[in-house]
Amino acid sequence: MAEFFAMGGYAQFLWPSYALAILALVVNVIVARRHLAAARSEARRRLEVRAGDAE
Amino acid sequence: MDWTWFHKFGSPPHVYRLAGRLTPWFAWPAAITILIGLYGGLVLAPPDYQQGDGFRIIYVHAPSAWLSVMIYTTMASAAFVGLVWRMKVAHAVAASCAGIGAWFTAVSLVTGMLWGKPMWGTYWVWDPRLTAQLILLFLFFGYMALRAAIDDPSRADRASALLAVVGIVNVPIIRFSVDWWNSIHQAPSVMKLGRPTMPVDMLVPLLLMLLGFTLYFVAVLTIRLRAEVLRRERQASWLREVLD
Amino acid sequence: MSVVFTILQRDLLLAWRRTAQVLQPLAFFIVVTLLFPLGYTPELAQLRQIAPGVLWVAALLASMLALESLFRDDAADGTLEQFVLSGQPLAALLFGKTVAHWLLTGLPLAVVAPLIGVALGVPSAAMPGIICALCLGTVSLSLIGAIGAGLTLGVRRGGVLASLLTLPLAVPVLVFGARATELSIAGGSPAGALYLLAALMVLGLTLAPLAAAAAVRIGVE
Repeated sequence: MAEFFAMGGYAQFLWPSYALAILALVVNVIVARRHLAAARSEARRRLEVRAGDAE
Repeated sequence: MDWTWFHKFGSPPHVYRLAGRLTPWFAWPAAITILIGLYGGLVLAPPDYQQGDGFRIIYVHAPSAWLSVMIYTTMASAAFVGLVWRMKVAHAVAASCAGIGAWFTAVSLVTGMLWGKPMWGTYWVWDPRLTAQLILLFLFFGYMALRAAIDDPSRADRASALLAVVGIVNVPIIRFSVDWWNSIHQAPSVMKLGRPTMPVDMLVPLLLMLLGFTLYFVAVLTIRLRAEVLRRERQASWLREVLD
Repeated sequence: MSVVFTILQRDLLLAWRRTAQVLQPLAFFIVVTLLFPLGYTPELAQLRQIAPGVLWVAALLASMLALESLFRDDAADGTLEQFVLSGQPLAALLFGKTVAHWLLTGLPLAVVAPLIGVALGVPSAAMPGIICALCLGTVSLSLIGAIGAGLTLGVRRGGVLASLLTLPLAVPVLVFGARATELSIAGGSPAGALYLLAALMVLGLTLAPLAAAAAVRIGVE
């Protein structure tokens, strides 16, 4: 196991690379979902404003 | 010719719903392919005869580099469609691409540097591939900066779309000039990707990672596209429908 | 064609009345290049080594600096809108403006380059090659710059943004221009690099005015 993590001496370059790539994969999903949630709540607010105007 | 499919495809409610339905169909295969690819790349693939285990950085570097170029091409194509046919949805696609593209360009640069340190003995070499990636990152930044600087959404859409199209025309010229420049100044190039002699147990994980990253991009794109479509939509009737 | 000349004439006349403003990019170019001996070394042999990079980066920055003034006044007083509505081909009108802009900001750089070259230890045999390269290269820079200036019309502090947009696109000009300069200084033939610069210029001449026209249309609507 320790041998696997040592990666033949390349651990200090290899693991940061993988960590960064996985970080990018995760962050982009989170950002996209946040954008969608924000756009939904913003659209909802717009609808309410418009409903308020109609009354 | 029947053009109804075109109008249907361009209609925001349809795109919103379609994108929502497609997300899981790309997200899960992406997750599974990437996990298998990671296992294959880190465990199953044998060490390289020259670079030992260091070459395994390829399994995250190459997919990120591929994705960055693929995303820029997608962005510019969508921008072109948006400019020529004035399709709102195409602009929404282009707008969704930029952020993701900038991320993966940055990842490919940093992983390239981390690969370069053990191979070249230094983090940065003015290798043509790295240099072209750096310029691509600036192109993404320029696109995002222009979009952010213009307040009117429709104007921001069209101005940034034009920039993306001008950029894609320039990309091959930039690439050529950087290769030319490099061939004169003879920087060492160790990163030989896609060697034809790559053994199968090294190649398969790489192909899986490339496929997985591509599927992942489509999945994230569908989520961001829905957000962009909602932001652009002023018509209440279908908003009420999809929000409830 | 006559449209291009009319615009060219008008812009040159306007510039004649505001000479101080027109000279700013040129002064910038001279000052920046002459700061290098102070910041690096007064040794001419060493300055000669970095002269291509110094000349071209300074030329790039000077032409970016000049961009801001390309469309600003015409956008402010509504002339650009009239251009769009005039029914004349907008690309031709903007091409005229770009040529005027190059005559006022690009060409002077090529003209003063020999003086700068002397200060950087460049042998006089290299001057023709350098002047040619700067002439060809600055045309491309003005053309690319016109697109950037068109895209940032009406944007607050648009000058910095326009530079950010156009600098990556100007990389090939920088590469070929600096190489032509380097070859001239080393005593070799800069022909190959000059051909590439000329090819870029021709490509720019055919495509850039169209893109700039599209950008201005988006900007003034």
